[in-house]
Amino acid sequence: MAGFNKVVHSYEEALAGLNDDMTIMVGGFGLCGIPEGLINHMVKLGVKGLTAISNNAGVDDFGLGLLLKQHQISTMIASYVGENATFEQQMLSGELNVILTPQGTLAEKIRAGGAGIPAFFTATGYGTPIADGKETREIKGRHYVLEESLTADFALVRAWKADTMGNLVFRKTAANFNPMMATAGKITVVEAEEIVEPGELDPDHIHTPGIYVDRVIKASFEKRIEQRTVKAAK
Amino acid sequence: MALTREQLAQRVAKELQDGFYVNLGIGIPTLVANYIPQGMQVMLQSENGLLGMGEFPTEENIDADLINAGKQTVTAVAGASFFSSAESFAMIRGGHVDLTVLGAFEVDVNGSIASWMIPGKLIKGMGGAMDLVAGADNIIVTMMHADKHGNSKLLSTCELPLTGYGCIKRVITDLAFMEIKDGAFHLLERAPGVSVEEIVTKTAGKLVVPEHVPEMTF
Repeated sequence: MAGFNKVVHSYEEALAGLNDDMTIMVGGFGLCGIPEGLINHMVKLGVKGLTAISNNAGVDDFGLGLLLKQHQISTMIASYVGENATFEQQMLSGELNVILTPQGTLAEKIRAGGAGIPAFFTATGYGTPIADGKETREIKGRHYVLEESLTADFALVRAWKADTMGNLVFRKTAANFNPMMATAGKITVVEAEEIVEPGELDPDHIHTPGIYVDRVIKASFEKRIEQRTVKAAK
Repeated sequence: MALTREQLAQRVAKELQDGFYVNLGIGIPTLVANYIPQGMQVMLQSENGLLGMGEFPTEENIDADLINAGKQTVTAVAGASFFSSAESFAMIRGGHVDLTVLGAFEVDVNGSIASWMIPGKLIKGMGGAMDLVAGADNIIVTMMHADKHGNSKLLSTCELPLTGYGCIKRVITDLAFMEIKDGAFHLLERAPGVSVEEIVTKTAGKLVVPEHVPEMTF
């Protein structure tokens, strides 16, 4: 790598340094916007004991479901995990530690982590099992729960376009958790559909500035659809 | 007669106002989008990062990068915007969404709601429901008044683990439209052909019944 050129040309380089027992963040909502190639390479690496932070857990044969199937994840932090039978079975058997987190709180924990804020108060979850054991406070007549932020050893992000300096543009609802995760990884690895030269992305249109990004790899994506819904043709 | 799912959605749709930003939950709330009155402009917020959700795409227009919170392929209307999950929940938590409609297992007289977890059954997660109920001032809960054994889902105190504490003010069931205030359900309207007696029988929490209870219109 030279200067600000963050492009790597192999998944080995992209995930160099990823070891057992690390904490990883993985972008995506359902199967939309997940870094497919990086996940597949983690399966190949066989790293184990991972703490995975991701809104969902993939499906049985795609996305994070592939890591679960190989028993590579020991703790999962997610908001909704309903689409994965492997997950259910490992959760029920106690093999997998699951920390269910409200979706907005999860997003904010990651945003805060990347922004250097250690914790924040939110009304979300007050009076529910989510608040058990957490500090609460009344502020201006309303009750709030103290939630600690999240960071990770590796943040695995999927972008639409990246330039070689790591500036990122996301596409439609494939952005989801990716922009915050890009800020919250000690090492942030981006899998992009397209890599362009510096200056080709309009600085006004960049979603994630390159300062957050360590490595960029170009990939093609299967983009599997979870719920294919169409309207009847007229 | 108890309302059908479609009628329930139709009744909720009457609460929409021109210029509202609205988040519709999964299930009956989703159907509300089919009954937005003609000439009224409403922008649908989908918490995975879309404001201005449109209808389902045609086969040719399917885009894997454009889904709703139920993971269904959708479209975006003119004037729509895309954003991160953090931004999306800033809208929700910050009280910027005008109306939120979501389902529930139970609601109680204090406005608490249980909708995400049944002990002993597999827990799938709360998704965005806890943020939605904590953030919105204007929430309508749509649900069945009683379970299939006739047990009321409108209680003095929710028995299931809560999604939110003291945050629900309006409930529309297959039998009735109620407001929650001062520690009681207040009956505002009844489904066409449903008697006040039936509603009273099927409401376990304190129910305040005015002298005249009009039938719903659609």
